[in-house]
Amino acid sequence: MERVVDPLAKKPSALRTQSETLGFVVMVLALVVAPFFTYPLFLMQAMCFALFACAFNLLIGYVGLLSFGHALYFGWASYLSAYSAKAWGFPPEFAILTGTATAAICGLVAGSLAIRRQGIYFAMITLALAQMMYFFALQAKFTGGEDGIQAVPRGHLFGIFDLKNVTTMYAVVLIIFVLGFLFIHRIIHSPFGEVLKAIRENETRAISLGYKTDRYKLVAFVLSATLAGVAGATKAIVLQLASLTDVNWPMSGEVVLMTLVGGLGTIFGPVIGAFVILLMQFKLAPIGEWVLVIQGAIFVACVLLFRRGIIGEIANKLRIRL
Amino acid sequence: MRRFMGLAALAAVLACGGAHAQQVNVKIGVLSDMSSLYSDIGGPGSVAAAKLAVEDFTKSNPNVKVEIISGDHQNKPDIGSQIANQWFDVDKVDMIVDTPNSGVALAVSAITAAKNKVFLVSGAAASDLTGPKCNANTIHWTYDTWMLANGTGTALVKTGGDTWFFLTSDYAFGHALERDTAAAVEKAGGKVLGKVRHPLNTNDFSSFLLQAQSSKAKIIGLANAGGDTINSIKQGAEFGIVKGGQKFAGLLVFASDVAALGLPTAQGLTLTETWYWDMNDANRAWTKRWQTERPGKFPTMVQAGVYSAVTHYLKSVAALKASSDGKAVVAEMKKLPTDDPLFGKGTVRADGRKIHPAYLFEVKAPSESKYPGDFYKLRATIPADQAFRPLKEGNCPLVSG
Amino acid sequence: MFEIFGIPSTALFGQLLIGLINGSFYALLSLGLAVIFGMLNIINFSHGAQYMMGAFAAYLILQYSGLGYWPALIIAPILVGITGILVERLFLQWLYKLDHLYGLLLTFGLALIFEGVARNYFGSAGLPYTVPESLRGGLNLGFMFLPNYRAWVVAASLVVCFGTWFVIERTRLGAYLRAATENPTLVRAFGINVPRMITLTYGFGVALAAFAGVMAAPIYNVSPQMGSELIIVVFAVVVIGGMGSILGAIVTGFGLGVIEGLTKVFFPEASNTVIFVIMAIVLLVRPAGLFGRRA
Repeated sequence: MERVVDPLAKKPSALRTQSETLGFVVMVLALVVAPFFTYPLFLMQAMCFALFACAFNLLIGYVGLLSFGHALYFGWASYLSAYSAKAWGFPPEFAILTGTATAAICGLVAGSLAIRRQGIYFAMITLALAQMMYFFALQAKFTGGEDGIQAVPRGHLFGIFDLKNVTTMYAVVLIIFVLGFLFIHRIIHSPFGEVLKAIRENETRAISLGYKTDRYKLVAFVLSATLAGVAGATKAIVLQLASLTDVNWPMSGEVVLMTLVGGLGTIFGPVIGAFVILLMQFKLAPIGEWVLVIQGAIFVACVLLFRRGIIGEIANKLRIRL
Repeated sequence: MRRFMGLAALAAVLACGGAHAQQVNVKIGVLSDMSSLYSDIGGPGSVAAAKLAVEDFTKSNPNVKVEIISGDHQNKPDIGSQIANQWFDVDKVDMIVDTPNSGVALAVSAITAAKNKVFLVSGAAASDLTGPKCNANTIHWTYDTWMLANGTGTALVKTGGDTWFFLTSDYAFGHALERDTAAAVEKAGGKVLGKVRHPLNTNDFSSFLLQAQSSKAKIIGLANAGGDTINSIKQGAEFGIVKGGQKFAGLLVFASDVAALGLPTAQGLTLTETWYWDMNDANRAWTKRWQTERPGKFPTMVQAGVYSAVTHYLKSVAALKASSDGKAVVAEMKKLPTDDPLFGKGTVRADGRKIHPAYLFEVKAPSESKYPGDFYKLRATIPADQAFRPLKEGNCPLVSG
Repeated sequence: MFEIFGIPSTALFGQLLIGLINGSFYALLSLGLAVIFGMLNIINFSHGAQYMMGAFAAYLILQYSGLGYWPALIIAPILVGITGILVERLFLQWLYKLDHLYGLLLTFGLALIFEGVARNYFGSAGLPYTVPESLRGGLNLGFMFLPNYRAWVVAASLVVCFGTWFVIERTRLGAYLRAATENPTLVRAFGINVPRMITLTYGFGVALAAFAGVMAAPIYNVSPQMGSELIIVVFAVVVIGGMGSILGAIVTGFGLGVIEGLTKVFFPEASNTVIFVIMAIVLLVRPAGLFGRRA
């Protein structure tokens, strides 16, 4: 039975670590320059989703666990961030922290329940838990139900920086994204990350080597949920809105799509995937009826022909690690 | 070089000559649900209605140039907000119209106020748009939850339906609709015997319908919408609710829902709307024109509302000779009385509420329906001054006192 | 008439009966899923869309040929079953060697395509389809009014479920199928055309979904999203029952229908979540499901 992620088919060339650094530099430069050419609000939203996808990728790409209910952490962080900013008057940095903390707690609880099983059962538990929390969000008063939490104030970061100013907001989101990205990169290339990859390759062997795999998986799960929470909490401040869309299962499906299209198990893949999918949704909004069909077709095409995703294919052809 | 100067001078003269007619350029965005639950209620039909309005208006006002674009909010406040922001910031849209789905409408209303543009809501229902969430850039056209609740609730009690049981969708919109209707029923002298809340997008209503049946209420009020309403009615037919003497009151039902149900199932359903295609010759003539873009379908009150709203907007813009200051345009729209072939004469109130009469309809039995689209018979007319919530009761910050 | 926990007994029995009726729908749908997973190790996320296609096929058959409910019950599953066979041949067969999850993702993508296309051509409000003449009306049982159609649904589901279970567990054909999943090479060596069996089995599972769709058309709203609303619940049923177990899917389907019915009486707001809570609990205590064979 083939593993979920294709490791590089051939031995990576000497450019390996340099390619990642180069890729990082290119990405940051592109993001700094982009708002002069493209609508900044779209870019900020894309960065939030890119971070979400990267967090998701941490689980599927590096631990081999498909979480089909990741919207839970993204969405609930979004809600708590929005609510704390609007109803409790938190400044944005505390709102985002509140949202992140919520996601972390949810991740801990959900993770400890789900980790006990593997493969498809793991995916189904995560889906079930996400669905329960969706229905809870639907009925809880504070989430605003179908309307969501609207008109979330952007506020003043640290009391000084007015986030209503587009440039300031953009800078903040860029910094959050880059920090999150670097954090994930650090996790992957640390000893902890190596153990995770070992678990993905062959869990039984890892256990026999003495590693308490359940504990590692739980930590990875909580990290993934927390980072998804950062993305959700930031998104609520940027778009000034938290709604049911963020906790519903199509959102979970979308993050899977983004990561698949970009490339599972690559560090830049989810970023590219998020931008591609969001761009597509945006451009195709006028012919809204076909968006669903096209997303489905992309799913099918990726699974059949294009399993490595965009970045994965590039990395494979050039024999570098991305 | 001289020839070039000559041509440039000629062009300059021509350009100045053009400005003589005081051209006004306007860009309108029809933001609707183009692909899912409400696409038949608003959707492409709203775009068609807007185009007709522009066509009619520019015929008699050639100095106003209008461009129409459309967008699909897919019933998600996120997407609706994103499109609204993009349209206002980047695409230089002056006015957004339609927007079925109250959640999206509320979000867009806030954005419109922040950017000082104009928002004309035809599709959404939330009466909060002219209540606590009102602002100087938004006008709520066509209908709202208060009108629906009072129209159907009061009229039904007056015609004998004085005991009610509510089947409510368990989220904010459903609760609001139930609350408003119960208040109207009790005010008119009726009694609410009970209620049951069901989750949104429920497939199977049998257990809830059973409870409604055993309550023996004369009227079963459906405080839900879309697929839930259709399912409730469909399954109600199965359980012989109507045969057993009870009647359904659709609190938010459109002609497109009736088409989906089919007359055999929907017959006897009472509902309130503010426009119906077959009520008079003017409506019928307009419907024929609309159907050239949407063959086989019948326009809903939401789409007619888009026509009416766009017409009045263009009138106001032409009077002001400018379209960039949203507050100014809306103030003008409130100043000028409205008049269009579909809704007749009416006004826009200080809180942004468009006022016109409402009508209580009953769905015809199949034997009474003579041609496709012949769905309703008129049961009662609610005059304009009684159809909508009184100005003082709304808690709108724009209305002092 | 007496009361149990504050609910009059008539209402309780009425809800129990309704729960049983809903359960038969769940059982029918999860049966197709269980067959496909049990026999082919494919998680068919497009099951909901195929159920929807069955209902739409019934509607289209009525529109274009005038044939009503009874012929549609046979024709629609066959038509949709054929599309299932095409899906298997064109897409699924390349994924057998890969992780389960790719099959899930592919069928998820297919579900989006089917739903999107249906939405484009038919809109989202829903299409009319009525209960056939012969099954209209109902029986007054004293504690509730039982529509004839619903009684027919229970009866038909029981027959189809029992029939499928019997074929798979008790006949030679079923034995070949089960053997083919466990050890395809060996079964092939006996001269049995394993790929064709797999294709036909997938087609059969899909046909079961379509059959449920035709049965649903007269009472549930025929809309493009009717499947996606149901699919997650049906998955929960299958997972609780045990993903490879036919008997598990049937028993759990009926059982959960009853539990959901009871929840609607005592605690209606939770009626959507109760199935997921049970699923989470079962997966923690018995990961293979109540009747499952594989851990």
